[in-house]
Amino acid sequence: MSEPYPANDWTGAEHDEQWDLCVYVTDNSPKSQRAIENLRRACEEHLTGRYQIEIVDVLKDPRRAAADQILAAPTVVRRVPSPIRKLVGDLSDSNRLLIGLEIRPSGEPA
Amino acid sequence: MGPTLDKTPTGISGLDQITGGGLPRGRVTLVAGSAGAGKTLLGLNFLVAGAREYDEPGVLMTFEESADKVASNVRSLGFDLDELQRKGMLVVLAFRVDPSEITAAGDFDLEPIFAILADAIERVGAKRVVLDTIEVIFGAFGDDTIVRSELIRLVRWLDDRGITAVLIGERGNRGGDSLTRHGIEEYVTDCVIVLDHRVTAEISTRRLRVVKYRGSAHGTNEYPFLISARGFTVLPITSVALDYAASEDRVSTGIPRLDHMLGGGMFRGSTLMVSGTAGTGKTSVGAHMVNSACARGEHALMSVITALGQGEDVSTVSVSAMVDTWLQLRNIEANGERNRLLFVLKSRGTSHSNQVREFVLTDHGVELVDVYIGAAGVLAGSARVTQQAAERDEELRIAEELARRRRELHRSVIEREAHIVATQDQLDAERTEINRIDLREGHLVADIEADRSTMAARRWADASPHNGETL
Repeated sequence: MSEPYPANDWTGAEHDEQWDLCVYVTDNSPKSQRAIENLRRACEEHLTGRYQIEIVDVLKDPRRAAADQILAAPTVVRRVPSPIRKLVGDLSDSNRLLIGLEIRPSGEPA
Repeated sequence: MGPTLDKTPTGISGLDQITGGGLPRGRVTLVAGSAGAGKTLLGLNFLVAGAREYDEPGVLMTFEESADKVASNVRSLGFDLDELQRKGMLVVLAFRVDPSEITAAGDFDLEPIFAILADAIERVGAKRVVLDTIEVIFGAFGDDTIVRSELIRLVRWLDDRGITAVLIGERGNRGGDSLTRHGIEEYVTDCVIVLDHRVTAEISTRRLRVVKYRGSAHGTNEYPFLISARGFTVLPITSVALDYAASEDRVSTGIPRLDHMLGGGMFRGSTLMVSGTAGTGKTSVGAHMVNSACARGEHALMSVITALGQGEDVSTVSVSAMVDTWLQLRNIEANGERNRLLFVLKSRGTSHSNQVREFVLTDHGVELVDVYIGAAGVLAGSARVTQQAAERDEELRIAEELARRRRELHRSVIEREAHIVATQDQLDAERTEINRIDLREGHLVADIEADRSTMAARRWADASPHNGETL
């Protein structure tokens, strides 16, 4: 894992922190597919090697969706690091994706 | 669908009456109102009644509170949501929507709501669904256009499944044309009910109005409703069906003489109005009636409402048509005192006294006193007491006069009886005298005969002596 920046350049979350994300989708609808692709791309770019994504199909497991308080799809939930963040939409707006999940873009000074 | 629209009873008495049986079956109803108007309670009442009374399980999807909070809020109304959930008659789905932790990033839909609802509906075989409050979904995702079209899709989806649903909407504070803040729901739903909570002159009144009901006639007025320990009750004042049987059973007012004036008491189920200006004793008369009802073991409700009226009879005249019996109380002021009068102005269906009566408030309640009529009408107060005294004197005088007369006659009788005794004695004496005379007369004749015989013998006048016949 490359570390382009010193650890103390990070405010909030540690730079080597593991990210735990969950994306709730409906079947394989185009919106859902786009969301998964967009999320993967952003993670690969900015959280390389320190993220995991769980994919939940709310049509197959609606009770899980209810328990996790999911009303819209697709929804990305940042479970770790805390606090919990929710991002609703197909994530086509990459800026909003980064802001919504509070991902500091790599290659950009703090 | 038959000639009349199928309806799903809400179990809320009054609401079912003004809607002619309840909400449109298999359709979506919008319940709109401002905060605290009772929307959630109406929805819960609908679900609980369905589960308990109509064997129609339900699903509550709330975006307002946690499931625990919802359950504890309505426990005091006798709704045990936990028990209904255990019995498989109810599913409570609670969502906490916090816009601050949600960011919108692109196109989305509300498919999870559909999926979660479909699962819950299937789980209990739900016939009823309540969504509380749809406004929360707006604003949460940053894109109202999508939410709007998704909600319209949700209404159609519920319609297609034959679910009788209640959407609860927050009334916008912009006022004016739109019933809910986002103003989309009223044209996609088949029935719209608006709840209102107004405070006028510090008095809060809840009101309900059925704004629209596709395919069905309905009461269109604003109806007051109550939220009480028994839940939600609408008072359909103007839709009361006039189909109750009039009772001929009499109920005592607790004032025996008033009962008599009313021909034996008021009819059970009738309305009696007591009117009068301030201080005439209206409340005391009412309290007496309530007290006597309680003493008979009946339940009574006494509610005291104080209103500042404009004149004396303005309000009473306008409600006269509604009451069956009207007692009027009046104070009269004369000779330096105020006295209380009572009379029956009207009493439907029964003969009643036409007399103005005086009544007094005593330690044992209201009492009607004896009637004294003087030159100027019914006498009350001191005038009555004076008249009572005068009548007592008169009675005394008459009694004395009679006694005197009786004594006289007694004396006379005794005299006459003595007279009779004396006369009788005299009579007896005279009869004795007569007898004696009779006796003496016999002796006299015999003596004369004897003398004559003696003389004849002495003269030898006849051949056969002692033969008187030959004389």
